Amino acid sequence: MAASILRRSLLAPRCRAGDVAALHSGPSRRRAQAPGPIASGRRMGKSPAGERSVAPWVAVVGLEIHAQISSNSKLFSGSQVQFAAPPNSLVSFFDASLPGTLPALNRRCVEAAVMTGLALNCSINKKSLFDRKHYFYADLPAGYQITQQRLPVAVNGSLSYSLCVGGKKNQMVTRTVRIKQIQLEQDSGKSLHDDTRSQTLIDLNRAGVGLMEVVMEPDMSSGEEAAAAVRELQLILQTLGSSQAIMAEGQLRVDANVSVHHPGEALGVRTEVKNINSARFLARAIDYEIQRQIKELENGGTVINETRAFDYKLGCTIPMRDKEGKQDYRFMPEPNLPPLILCDNKSLPANTNHQHVVNIDWIRERLPDLPSVRRVKLVEQYGILPEHSFTLLNEDGLMEFFENVVRQTQMNPKKVIGWILNVMLGYLKQHNLTVQESPVSSLFLADLLNLLERGTISSSAAKQVLEELWKAEGKTPLQIVEEKKLELIQDQQELEQICQAVVEGHQEEVMEIKKGNPKVLNKLIGLVQRTTRGRADPVLVKQILEKRLSQ
Amino acid sequence: MLRVSLREISAALKEGRVSPTELCQRCLSFIKATKFLNAYITVAEETALKQAEESEERYRRGQILGDLDGIPVAVKDNFSTAGIETTCASNMLKGYIPPYNATVVKKLLDQGAVLLGKTNLDEFAMGSGSTDGIFGPVRNPWSYSRQYREKSVHNSHTENEDSNWLVTGGSSGGSAAAVSSFTCFAALGSDTGGSTRNPAAHCGVVGLKPTYGLISRHGLIPLVNSMDVPGILTRCVDDAAIVLGVLAGHDPKDSTTVQDPFKPFELTNFIDASKLCIGIPKEYHAPGLSSETLALWSKAADLFENAGAKVIEVSLPHTRYSIICYHVLCTAEVASNMARFDGLEYGHRSSMDKSTEVMYAATRREGFNDVVRGRILSGNYFLLKQNYETYFIKAQKVRRLIANDFVNVFRSGIDVLLTPTTLSDTIPYVEFIKEDNRTRSAQDDIFTQAANMAGLPAITVPTALSEKGLPIGLQFIGRAFQEQQLLTVAKWFEKQVKFPMIQLQGLMDHSHTVCQHQKSAFFS
Repeated sequence: MAASILRRSLLAPRCRAGDVAALHSGPSRRRAQAPGPIASGRRMGKSPAGERSVAPWVAVVGLEIHAQISSNSKLFSGSQVQFAAPPNSLVSFFDASLPGTLPALNRRCVEAAVMTGLALNCSINKKSLFDRKHYFYADLPAGYQITQQRLPVAVNGSLSYSLCVGGKKNQMVTRTVRIKQIQLEQDSGKSLHDDTRSQTLIDLNRAGVGLMEVVMEPDMSSGEEAAAAVRELQLILQTLGSSQAIMAEGQLRVDANVSVHHPGEALGVRTEVKNINSARFLARAIDYEIQRQIKELENGGTVINETRAFDYKLGCTIPMRDKEGKQDYRFMPEPNLPPLILCDNKSLPANTNHQHVVNIDWIRERLPDLPSVRRVKLVEQYGILPEHSFTLLNEDGLMEFFENVVRQTQMNPKKVIGWILNVMLGYLKQHNLTVQESPVSSLFLADLLNLLERGTISSSAAKQVLEELWKAEGKTPLQIVEEKKLELIQDQQELEQICQAVVEGHQEEVMEIKKGNPKVLNKLIGLVQRTTRGRADPVLVKQILEKRLSQ
Repeated sequence: MLRVSLREISAALKEGRVSPTELCQRCLSFIKATKFLNAYITVAEETALKQAEESEERYRRGQILGDLDGIPVAVKDNFSTAGIETTCASNMLKGYIPPYNATVVKKLLDQGAVLLGKTNLDEFAMGSGSTDGIFGPVRNPWSYSRQYREKSVHNSHTENEDSNWLVTGGSSGGSAAAVSSFTCFAALGSDTGGSTRNPAAHCGVVGLKPTYGLISRHGLIPLVNSMDVPGILTRCVDDAAIVLGVLAGHDPKDSTTVQDPFKPFELTNFIDASKLCIGIPKEYHAPGLSSETLALWSKAADLFENAGAKVIEVSLPHTRYSIICYHVLCTAEVASNMARFDGLEYGHRSSMDKSTEVMYAATRREGFNDVVRGRILSGNYFLLKQNYETYFIKAQKVRRLIANDFVNVFRSGIDVLLTPTTLSDTIPYVEFIKEDNRTRSAQDDIFTQAANMAGLPAITVPTALSEKGLPIGLQFIGRAFQEQQLLTVAKWFEKQVKFPMIQLQGLMDHSHTVCQHQKSAFFS
């Protein structure tokens, strides 16, 4: 069960059979090597395009990810940043582009970008520049977006991510995607189109919120890889606190560049898939697009360089109406912002007011443990499996919960992890709850596991106690055990009598066992447990039964 | 009383010889009397009187806010003023009332200054005549001066006297006319390529363009962000120094202002000219420079030399490329800055609403005049991907060379450069409009825009009257952030040349609306 949860949460949903199920990507490889081949779904039966179609297709996927910076105020103005505030309630004069207003860079946003850059192994540019990108759109009040086109704040990084491969998805491999750059830029407002009244309503609350655009090189070759990379990025951002990175709230928005080609040939024409606003659909959108391009090409068609939107209801990508063809953004240096200068310990000018400088080394020294480091530590410290460490980090707060339980119980962490991942997480998922919302606290779970560990109750009794605990009536595990009389039967004689009764009542099974089918013994053990409502020590019961049967 | 300097009227206020309310009322009546000059777009009579009353109360309590307390000032109508319409002389912003004050306006008001109103300009400050705004051209007060009238009588007996009125220069013509005609004691202009210095020279007042980064641009509706500087127009150099002291300093709302604290200064009366080194850039002997201005320029150089200063001919070799580069950079930034005027958040919105795009197009066609639209068009052309390198990048590189020319000259030991401000004295409106806005701007900014390209401080000082009886100014360009040195030299020069005061009897004759008793009051 743990493994299936792991897969579900770490990776986007599995591909549809026959469509992209064959879209695996071989063993772990470096980016310099050719990506693994892809068999197209159609090719299995017939081969309409002749010999060419025999050559496998490879897909090339690059990502542009916009992460909203977690900050109190916007990138260039003092307006508050808040999700789901009343429309146009968080708009400064600058955000509404009132004439004469000027941008003033938010230090926190710069620090968030530097932090993110360092976490993604980027070189941080000590000097970066801001540019204006021009286009007319109703939710872009100034007619241009301030971004970092020429010289972004961070460049040349990398991100390692892991995913499950192999037929049974039980093999973890680690891959790396290069990060081209991270740039600071403004978010736009939101347009709400009211088709019936043919009106567009504009909400500028989001206008001017700080974004980090993370540009990933086309080092991926499937939706699954892209989804795993995005998930890892999301975890890193959340660990750093540089972005809350909640996709459902639009804090993490992914555009994918997708193309297919035959190995050894030039890269194919790429399309850009936009509007992927949910982790669930990320892999599906990319895999659909890969298959669509393959089909298009195998049918003798061509792929055109266009922007496509993923329609999550239909599960496919559709061309977006381009705004009057190719845009010329007429980039220009932003004249109202001097170059963004960062320093490090070496270049830190003497007697500077620390409010006026951002020190890269200072930020580097204070970086928290990144998810990859935390996973290694979890495996080393508690002896749990690597895939368990992934699950612990993937669920917000689960690692802390686990560590709290371990701290408060005598049970071996390797056993604790089973209770956490199989029993507790299973329950939470089933009831659509987050770890924070768990009705059972880490303390109560630890108490319960202690009762189990000390031999006060059996594990099946422990599960019964847990059932009570979910109700969150405030009773401690011990209270529940006492009330329900779930303690293990300590009286050997009593247990012997019960076993005797079971043996006598089930002569057929006894005969089976005697004939040499020891598996039936488990049935007898189960019967004893039923009689005792799980209060019998299974090891003891087995011993007693075996003794009786051998007589 | 209105003809005295800011410093003198400040003393009079402090001594109780005049009250802020009285002073404000006099200025307001005089603004009405000179309405035909078209210097003001908006007269904020009510708020001005209220501010004057508050100032009066402070004087009564002996708690004045500073040297500007109770002093009537005017502000160019491209500075945002909270609660007062700010139009940029454009249909696009007609009726637009900003919800905030520009930093410079706030600083004036915080010092107790009385804001009389908003002055006329070319639409969005694009022009050099103050002739191309929707509220019509500004008339130069010197058109009605005794000095000009007496000389022009012989030349044009037959012509209708009213058709002969002169342009103020621009684009801050309203502010220059307001200071020149004594309706206020100081005015704010903006200076992108000479827009403060040009009209100051033509109207016979002092026009200061401070170093880029010394004064906040927050609230100034931009023309070219990388060159715009709020300008100061006053009747004398001392007054300019006082206003500069109030306005200068870092503003967290303008990231391009310098962090270093600015210390207001008073100008000394005596300087040791023998320690001065004045540079005369030879490239400023430009075609079209009037012989009169040339003669005055060389006379001014002699003046310094005779006082013991070193006067050296210097070279600014890239000067001749300056105006064309200015044009490219200016239009590119204009194209970008004007993008926000789309009719959605504020300002004019066309009633054509078939689609958002149709609304944008109609709004911008109806809202902007030909000059603005022309600059947007060429600016966008220069910014196109295929042209960016050839035009914008190249212009930026040449801009650097121009700035370096100045660096080299100042490094060689020059303290201040002395140049003409304009090619000649001003001309009648009917002459001026024979050439289009672009041609005029290229001619009129010729000596001024280089200081903007290099970000340097520059000041024009009224020097003498031409044969026609019209003012001619000369320009001093200083080292970056060396305003004190620049203004000290300018003040010394001002003292030597003894520029005559404008004789406005002619103006009063022209004003038919003014009652007899008021008239006597003004000139008592």
